[in-house]
Amino acid sequence: MGAQISYDIAHLIGATVLMAGFQLLYQRRLFAVLNTFAFQALALAAAAAWQANIQHAPHLYVTAGIALVFKAIIVPIALHWLVEQLGIHKNVETAMSIGWTMMAGVALVALSILLVLPVTAGAAALTRESLALAMSVVLLGLLMMITRRNAVTQVVGFMALENGLILAAVSAKGMPLVVEISVAFSVLVAMTLFGIFFFRIRERFDTLELADLETHRGDRQ
Amino acid sequence: MSAVLWQLLQIVLVVAVSPLITGWVRLVKSRLNGRTGASPFQPYRDIYRLLQKEAVVAHSASWVFRAAPYVTFGSVWLAACIVPAFTTNLFLAQAADLIALVALLGVARFWTALAGMDIGTSFGGLGASREMMIASLAEPAMLMVTFSLSLISGTTAPAQIIAFILSGGVGIEVSLGLALAALVMVAIAENGRIPIDNPATHLELTMVHEAMVLEYSGRHLALMEGAGMVRLTLFMALIGGLFAPWGMAQAGDGVLAVLVGLGAFLAKCFILATALGVFETSIAKMRVFRYADFLGGALLLGLLATIFLYVSEAV
Repeated sequence: MGAQISYDIAHLIGATVLMAGFQLLYQRRLFAVLNTFAFQALALAAAAAWQANIQHAPHLYVTAGIALVFKAIIVPIALHWLVEQLGIHKNVETAMSIGWTMMAGVALVALSILLVLPVTAGAAALTRESLALAMSVVLLGLLMMITRRNAVTQVVGFMALENGLILAAVSAKGMPLVVEISVAFSVLVAMTLFGIFFFRIRERFDTLELADLETHRGDRQ
Repeated sequence: MSAVLWQLLQIVLVVAVSPLITGWVRLVKSRLNGRTGASPFQPYRDIYRLLQKEAVVAHSASWVFRAAPYVTFGSVWLAACIVPAFTTNLFLAQAADLIALVALLGVARFWTALAGMDIGTSFGGLGASREMMIASLAEPAMLMVTFSLSLISGTTAPAQIIAFILSGGVGIEVSLGLALAALVMVAIAENGRIPIDNPATHLELTMVHEAMVLEYSGRHLALMEGAGMVRLTLFMALIGGLFAPWGMAQAGDGVLAVLVGLGAFLAKCFILATALGVFETSIAKMRVFRYADFLGGALLLGLLATIFLYVSEAV
């Protein structure tokens, strides 16, 4: 019964990560999206730490620490700063309405469950549930990248996707390279982040200049 | 025999404590806003005052307007009697399940909306149409929560669900967490609390429930307000009973267990009312056009709760 309860708690934390994924789809304002992402990373850190505890795998504490420091604190603060510096308008434009996006999200969760069920036919129900949760988080991150047109929210979607991957890695027992994988992904995310933002800043200035020119022309007429 | 006794106690209890719970929520909100606030017993005085007053009815009002407060209060009261508050050993527990509960609340809402339209003022119609929109979104979500709970426990009767959970037949399920989140969102909408409707407002553009009962006075208004208070207590008993049933007395338990159950019920209401006050103070009201997103979210959470039952093989 003790093992059962510890697995139940692991799943509950996993479900919290999934809920944060839905919350990300639901939020419209940029700062709210960033706060929700920080919350998701916090839940991920809790999930990794809990898995380290029940699997007696100390290296997972490192994964939890990375998630906590890097994703729950540094990245959201950096993105906050960037958004303020760029002066991006506070409303997030979406390609689809929130309702349709949420419905697509539930369809994706159902899809990931349909995928997981035949693949893990021989495995225990516990493994299936963890995998289904993690897969859903990954797909929701993808959905977020598709439905948002703002660079910041797309990056957040990408990092949410990566959260799902780490969740899958920490839930599976005996995954040896979890720490390395998570470090590598974090570097990749940082690269993507800065790449997009350098591009974005340049693009922003261009558009700003164009807008200036157009208003001047409008004044003369 | 004891079932009848406890049922009578519950019938009296839900009406007796509901003004206190509403008063406590108001007090918490006042304190958080930096006001002193009225005593938590103020709603009792308000209702007493309203009962003393003459009921003024508009010339254009039909019998619907006069009957609505009684039907509304009666059906909400009956619904509150079904939900086990302190013991599952209730006489009416076998008579109705969670689906009947949704129907009873629907009857109350239907009559309130009818009364809002009956007098023919624009506010009443506006409030009624908004209330119906909220209802059409909240009811499917509530039913979804019911389905996921009944899939876990094999029954839709709240008393048996609670008995099943208390017997340790179910662990900490992901589905239960999701269903709890969905039910809390539905409860906020059904009670007209802040992200959906502001219970303290009389601003034309934002009021929903207040707009429908605007024309009521005297004993009619007392009944309408009382129905709102009892509905809040009902949802607290439902959430506290289904998701935190600890301390609840069961069939065959003695008087002592029932006293413990009473204490646990009051403690749960106190905690939930405080949490509601804090939540309402920390959040802003939503635009009307965002209701669909909020309650659609509740419906999807309920749907997810059901889906995850199949993954975890709890069915």
